[in-house]
Amino acid sequence: MSAGAEHEVIDHPILDPALAPPFPVAALPVLRNPQLRMNVAHAIDVIQAKRARLVAEKQDWQELRSAASRIKDEALENLGFYLEQFEARCTAAGGTVHWAADAADARKIILEILREEKADEVIKIKTMTSAEIQLNPYLEANGVRAYETDLAEIILQLGEGEPSHIVVPALHVNRSQVREIFARRMGIENLSDEPEALTAAARNYLRQKFLSVPTAISGANFLIAETGSVAVVESEGNGRMCLTLPRTMITLAGIEKVLPRFADLEVMLQLLARSATGERMNPYTSLWTGVTPGDGPQKFHVILLDNGRSSILARKTERQTLRCIRCAACMNACPVYRQTGGHAYGSVYPGPIGAILTPQLEQMRHAQSLPYASSLCGACFEVCPVKINIPEVLLELRARVTDQERKQVLRFFDPLYIGLRVANLIFSRARLFHLAQWAGQIGLGFFTRRDGWIHTLPGIGAKWTQTRDLRGLPKQTFHEWWAARRKESK
Amino acid sequence: MRISLFITCYNDTLFPETGRAVVRLLERLGVEVEFRPGQTCCGQMHANTGFRSEAFSQAKRLVRLYADAEAVVIPSSSCVAMIRDQYSGLFEELGDEALRKEFAALVPRVYELSEFLVDKLGAEDVGAYFPHRVTYHASCHGLRALQLGERPFRLLSKVRGLDLVPLENLDRCCGFGGTFSVKNAEVSSAMLTVKLENVLATGAEFCTALDNSCLMHLGGAMHRQYAGMKTIHMAQILASTQEHPAEVLG
Repeated sequence: MSAGAEHEVIDHPILDPALAPPFPVAALPVLRNPQLRMNVAHAIDVIQAKRARLVAEKQDWQELRSAASRIKDEALENLGFYLEQFEARCTAAGGTVHWAADAADARKIILEILREEKADEVIKIKTMTSAEIQLNPYLEANGVRAYETDLAEIILQLGEGEPSHIVVPALHVNRSQVREIFARRMGIENLSDEPEALTAAARNYLRQKFLSVPTAISGANFLIAETGSVAVVESEGNGRMCLTLPRTMITLAGIEKVLPRFADLEVMLQLLARSATGERMNPYTSLWTGVTPGDGPQKFHVILLDNGRSSILARKTERQTLRCIRCAACMNACPVYRQTGGHAYGSVYPGPIGAILTPQLEQMRHAQSLPYASSLCGACFEVCPVKINIPEVLLELRARVTDQERKQVLRFFDPLYIGLRVANLIFSRARLFHLAQWAGQIGLGFFTRRDGWIHTLPGIGAKWTQTRDLRGLPKQTFHEWWAARRKESK
Repeated sequence: MRISLFITCYNDTLFPETGRAVVRLLERLGVEVEFRPGQTCCGQMHANTGFRSEAFSQAKRLVRLYADAEAVVIPSSSCVAMIRDQYSGLFEELGDEALRKEFAALVPRVYELSEFLVDKLGAEDVGAYFPHRVTYHASCHGLRALQLGERPFRLLSKVRGLDLVPLENLDRCCGFGGTFSVKNAEVSSAMLTVKLENVLATGAEFCTALDNSCLMHLGGAMHRQYAGMKTIHMAQILASTQEHPAEVLG
């Protein structure tokens, strides 16, 4: 994280938590990129303004949030029961349910199904869960070409970019950049950057895939235990194409996506559309149950993915992480995400929810810098439609990271660790605290200029003074003033 | 009414003028102020950095120190939020039943300064005079954890001579975040730059808040940039009168 590190960051973002640089380092190239910062801030402002307007018109917004968090908690507290109920009902309706313990399991199951179908191509609806298990490169390596059909995902796939947001993954790309990618990769001359022209180009490209590729992969917004149904919400209708045209449908869903009852959708869909895109209702809500003879895919597979989720479930404070319905309102509200965009988080799940979800999915083996990628301002908790107290979980994870690091010999000499250990000793007795204040006045006195301010500090203090001054310590502390005043009045 | 002032570690060390102002203000309003010299820190820095057992021992110390206080007034919204939001969790995890009970008995008597003035004393016009153009920064903990709401605006609106300029994007963090400002110094600075744009655009002479930690961040950048604006804790504005104008340092 030294100044030199800024130049070591490679150009292409890495969204694999095991390989990504720590957050403070990964954030640097974005902070220096005016176009990226403008794209991100502009996109967020548009979504935020729409969301604020539509949330304000709901008289029962807080009640909806409470209802949604209760529904998700009920599902999570009885997760085994509801998942098995989903499995039974989905199977009865002609679907096949698979259980995947981890990413490797899920990838293998999907590849086996594709081999059975003799598929060398597959179309995909936007699914962040498939990005979580790094499905596309795996399929590619095994001879299956995956075509993304969500507009933003097409932009990223053709432009060889990485998602930076979970609802609008190409939020960091503006339309002149989209024009350039489409013109180059689709071979269109004189393509304009008007939204109509760009969507028309995407439509032409997609229609061929929809009509020729008979196998599709989707994620799921919700699984309904009561009926065995799957729900996918989207804005473009490309998902609806993927869900209806192919012969075989494969749905990959995290185990936390299950809802007890069909009626729970009433609450969830109201919250999700408003929180995610600032719409009263999302344009396309697709719901299906198993297979229907003569209508839509005739083979249907669901893969229920654990991949670290049950270990999150086991922890009292962290469990609420699994309430997440992936609306991304937290990242839109986050002042940190606003500056850094999504790539700095080194994971397909960026922003505040990514800062708590990613290290937990990684079983705290990677992404330990993410719980610290927050000023704890609480804007995420305020907007979360399922009331995840993200700051509370961040603090819990910080404590777990600290407990890990404490045991490392090198940390013993880390200036922050030394500082905090010394501070703890100082705060244990007022006498020591006052002695430290006195020592601080002398020590910092060497760095204090005539104007009474400190402009440069060495070591970890330089992290402060690189952009801010610090007022020098006053000659008299408050408690000294108080003692002097008491003496006088006696 | 007798209150015990918890000045907080960084106010004691870095911003004694805020403490002096709180004493002057409360005494003017007829409140008896006591100061317990054994006080140090609420444990926020340790808790927010992940040093839970250290935070616990400081929290325990604080609860024991003020167990018999009639009321505790704290001129720092983030320290009050630390006590209200984090102590019970720490005590549940690391403490015993006796400590939890002691804390439960104490916490309703812990007030942030503007809460104490408006809710407990019922005072909005505190008789202050501060003839300056001022903008108010709603620190995140005051805004979201304590839900201070209109209290600071009501207090400021009654200050004679004060011209209150609204701040755009009031709910956006300044980027301080305690150790975040050094652990993620560059991101913190980027947040500060954006916040400062809004603050400076008010054209105010002073930016005030109920938490000196945000003001240290904003004020540090103002000083670095020769911005021509200063920061001042709201206690100093409320303590200010024609006879005893606010102490403005730096």
